[in-house]
Amino acid sequence: MDLITPDFGLFFWQTIVFLVLLLLMAKFAWKPILTSVRNREESINDALASAEKARKEMQNLKSDNEQLLKEARAERDAILKEARELKEKTIASATEEAKAKADKVVADAKKSIELEKQSAMAELKNQVAELSVEIAEKIVRKELSSKNEQHQMIEKMLGDAKLN
Amino acid sequence: MIAHKSFKIIVTFTLAFALLPFVAFASADPADNETEEKFNPTDMILHHIGDSHGWHFFGSGENSYTLPLPVILWTDNGLVTFMSSEFHHDTEGHHVVEKDGMRFVNLHEDIYMLNEGAEAVEFDADHHPLNASEPMDFSITKNVAAMFLTVILMLWFFLGLSSFHKKNEKAPAGFNNLLETLVLFVRDEIAKPQIGEKKYMKFMPFLLTVFFFIWITNLLGLLPGAANVTGNIAVTVSLGLFTLVLIILNGNKDYWKHVFWMPGIPTFVKPILAVVEVLGVFIKPIALMIRLFANITAGHIIILSLLGLIFILESAGVAGISVPFALFITILELLVAFLQAFIFTMLSALFIGMAVAEHEHH
Repeated sequence: MDLITPDFGLFFWQTIVFLVLLLLMAKFAWKPILTSVRNREESINDALASAEKARKEMQNLKSDNEQLLKEARAERDAILKEARELKEKTIASATEEAKAKADKVVADAKKSIELEKQSAMAELKNQVAELSVEIAEKIVRKELSSKNEQHQMIEKMLGDAKLN
Repeated sequence: MIAHKSFKIIVTFTLAFALLPFVAFASADPADNETEEKFNPTDMILHHIGDSHGWHFFGSGENSYTLPLPVILWTDNGLVTFMSSEFHHDTEGHHVVEKDGMRFVNLHEDIYMLNEGAEAVEFDADHHPLNASEPMDFSITKNVAAMFLTVILMLWFFLGLSSFHKKNEKAPAGFNNLLETLVLFVRDEIAKPQIGEKKYMKFMPFLLTVFFFIWITNLLGLLPGAANVTGNIAVTVSLGLFTLVLIILNGNKDYWKHVFWMPGIPTFVKPILAVVEVLGVFIKPIALMIRLFANITAGHIIILSLLGLIFILESAGVAGISVPFALFITILELLVAFLQAFIFTMLSALFIGMAVAEHEHH
């Protein structure tokens, strides 16, 4: 049995054994193993894909929620703003009205005060005039009780008149 | 579960020796005075890497512990079978076995049938037998037995993995996981890149079988007393032929066109290139068979040479150097065992891939 001369018996056995082994292994080992490995890989890929899908859906849901929240917040802000404006407007108009009323009241009061004042002044003038006349009458009556005095008076008055 | 696994491993490592009780106990012959024979390293090495009709474990001559294996011969008078132990460890053609009126001798592990009437072998000057012829030898030799061992291991391992897959859809653990990883290695690193996604499935059974057959046989070959199966040219010729047959059967129109009438070159070059390409078809598997044979045999020769130094120099002290060296080479051979299985499978896949490739038309 030389080193580099193929021995026919061994070659024969190797071929038969390898062929039988190949067929046995192909049918009973490789096929089931490879099939189930592939199935498992597919199921892993499927699981990964569905996880990814779920994650995306989750993200979508989250962004939807955020959108809703944002809208709600905007709406609330709008409502608040409107209310504030309304309040300010109400306050402003009320203030104006009150002011106008107050002004009117003040104006009316001033007017009536003026009127009262005028009438009071007029009355005062009349009374003063009357009093003056009475006093003057009394003074004149007293002064002109003597002839002398009457003369003096007339001369004085004349003198004043001359001076003028 | 764990107990079952360790059982599996233990049996794997001891299976080679499990048959020891059946070893033929040689009848001791005290008159044997040839023990002082001069040590011949070439004979020792060739004996160890060659095939034999019995599975020798230890001992020498009549005191050998050898597992007898069946000798199966196809002679002119039909099939003859007997156990190799009938030669009584004789490989020099001295011990004649008589069966069905025919006489056989074992001459350097070749079985010769003596011519009619001859009682013993007569040799010519070159030590070739004169009065004997070689019948067709289909014996279960040491290599065939080792091959069976690989087959048993492979069936055991992978039918186990296969039945695991039948029972549950989960990924296997432990030993099965290792096997599955290797299967996936062949699929993803060898078959898919070399053959392509579309067609690799068809060749997976061959590639997986050849990969594990070579690897397991290589590893078993490293055990002490084991056979050198993948380092035998007959075995690698057979394996290479499988690749060749697959290439020839599966080569597509494009492939043959590129072999016989290479497109895109001047016409007068085409016949010359056809010769080269046709040779190439056969040289590829021949390279495969020689590579595997030479690598594995070389590894064995190096280890045996290192250990042989002890006996050549007749000094136990040399063992201090040659044993660590041999150990180192053995560890290297563990790597080579995988590497050669990988390369054989890889190149087979590459050649098949070339034969089935869809060429883009230029």
